[in-house]
Amino acid sequence: MKIDKNTINKIARLSRIKLDDKESEDYINDLNSILDWVEQLNEVNTENVEPLSNISSSILPKREDVSKDANSSDEILENAPDKLEGFFAVPKVVE
Amino acid sequence: MPKPSLKQTLKDLDTKKISIRELNQDYLKRIKEKENLNVFIHFSEENVLKQIDNLEKDNSAKKLKGIPIAIKDLFCTKNMPTTAASKILENFNPTYESFVTQKLLDEGSIFVGKTNLDEFAMGSATNTSFFGNTINPLSKDDEPLAPGGSSGGSAAAVAADLCLGATGTDTGGSIRQPASFCGVVGIKPTYGLCSRWGIAAFASSLDQAGIFSHNVEDASLLLQSIAGFDQRDSTSAKVDIPNYFENLDDDLNGKTVGIPKEYSIDGTPMEISQIWEDAIKVLEKKGVKIKNISLPHTKYALPTYYIIAPAEASSNLARYDGVKYGFRSDEIDSLDEMYENTRAQGFGREVKRRILIGTYVLSAGYYDAYYLKAQKVRKLIADDFNKAFKECDFIVTPTAPSAAFPLNEKQNDPIKMYLNDVFTVPASLAGLPGISIPFGEDKNNLPLGIQILGKHFDEQQVFNVAVSLERSYE
Repeated sequence: MKIDKNTINKIARLSRIKLDDKESEDYINDLNSILDWVEQLNEVNTENVEPLSNISSSILPKREDVSKDANSSDEILENAPDKLEGFFAVPKVVE
Repeated sequence: MPKPSLKQTLKDLDTKKISIRELNQDYLKRIKEKENLNVFIHFSEENVLKQIDNLEKDNSAKKLKGIPIAIKDLFCTKNMPTTAASKILENFNPTYESFVTQKLLDEGSIFVGKTNLDEFAMGSATNTSFFGNTINPLSKDDEPLAPGGSSGGSAAAVAADLCLGATGTDTGGSIRQPASFCGVVGIKPTYGLCSRWGIAAFASSLDQAGIFSHNVEDASLLLQSIAGFDQRDSTSAKVDIPNYFENLDDDLNGKTVGIPKEYSIDGTPMEISQIWEDAIKVLEKKGVKIKNISLPHTKYALPTYYIIAPAEASSNLARYDGVKYGFRSDEIDSLDEMYENTRAQGFGREVKRRILIGTYVLSAGYYDAYYLKAQKVRKLIADDFNKAFKECDFIVTPTAPSAAFPLNEKQNDPIKMYLNDVFTVPASLAGLPGISIPFGEDKNNLPLGIQILGKHFDEQQVFNVAVSLERSYE
């Protein structure tokens, strides 16, 4: 068992997702079976293989490093669940 | 009834055989009749009528003027809400238009609605949507079938003729597999051909926009319209986009097709092996040389994908925190509580599962063993294709390991569900263009799909083979 109760709680915390006990149990089972399954990659010899992170075969063009003032804060805030004087608003963090 | 065709409709509009209003009213009528299929997350007749009004006032010539198109609800649209089929974006109204949908609007197309999908495109049956299942239009009365996924709504919209084309996105097979299940054409172009700007991100190194259509000619017309370079997507490719439609050529004489032996998988239904053989025979008759090839790392593609895609998803979906847009939980005693409750209540089960697994494989101590290892195997998979394409011009395989399965078939085992993508994931990892076209049926008269894969940015070759097979099958 790679994932136990402690591990799932740690991952859930890192992911900022609250899990109840029943969910934790389910995810422990799911994740363990998925991890057992992906472990077959260990059969593959990857010595001296470069990890591939960008698959594109075209040369990615660079753009000019110039700033743009889109002045779009109203637009950006339009979908905010809570906002105050041009800012996103969140629950109080400083007592 | 003649088969629906975008190409023919453009002619009919041009010769005034039909007006934009008549055409779209016909589609509106059908959309309302087929409401039970749950194809659309967002549909507003009023909105469509407004678009018709605006187009009628517009005298300029436009390539897709008046053509009804359905949009997967993963593309941000200014005039319609965008949900990614998630509760967490239930009330999200983008203030900007995605690159792909903007291109379609510029060409004068009409958006009939936003189609259903698996939540954040994570699934293979359009059954993880917060807005309920979509029903495959080919279902018989007694047994509703899944349309495939994640772009199941878009595939179903084309299959039920609720539009003349639809957009989709494909990360591991999300265009090709539903196209196969619904008996329509679906193309995922080369990674980088269409800008990802304005598409809700799932796994950024794999996500690619594409097209569903009634036939290959229509797909070639529509892909042309949505392809192109965009500065706002750092992986958007600066390549010339050929006129795929004008260049369509079904003469394949002298070409070589690669047949990968690793795609003969134990347990694949006989009918699927049969249509694969049939397709090869058709190609042979057309003067195509058959070359048996090997893609030795094929069996590792799925486990590689199910490390890389969740890893990228866990990072991409960190933005849904109840602060900037979308849903926020009511239980917000502290900032951390707000994040944790918002995400617990806003995401569905499959999305949470992938965020958790992605977070785990990226976490300290496990990164090298899982994520880095998967990226290395991904390189080997891509190299397999590079080698194979030295010996052949294109590759032909089945699209999916089954026909459409019943909607209520238990999909509790995640790994079993992931196997739906066994034939589509390798090309996704390698960034290759792939199309699925209907080719034959199973014993229940359900459509089966053939997949054609090409070299990077060789969509023309893919279309040429597809049109050639399509014409031989009709």
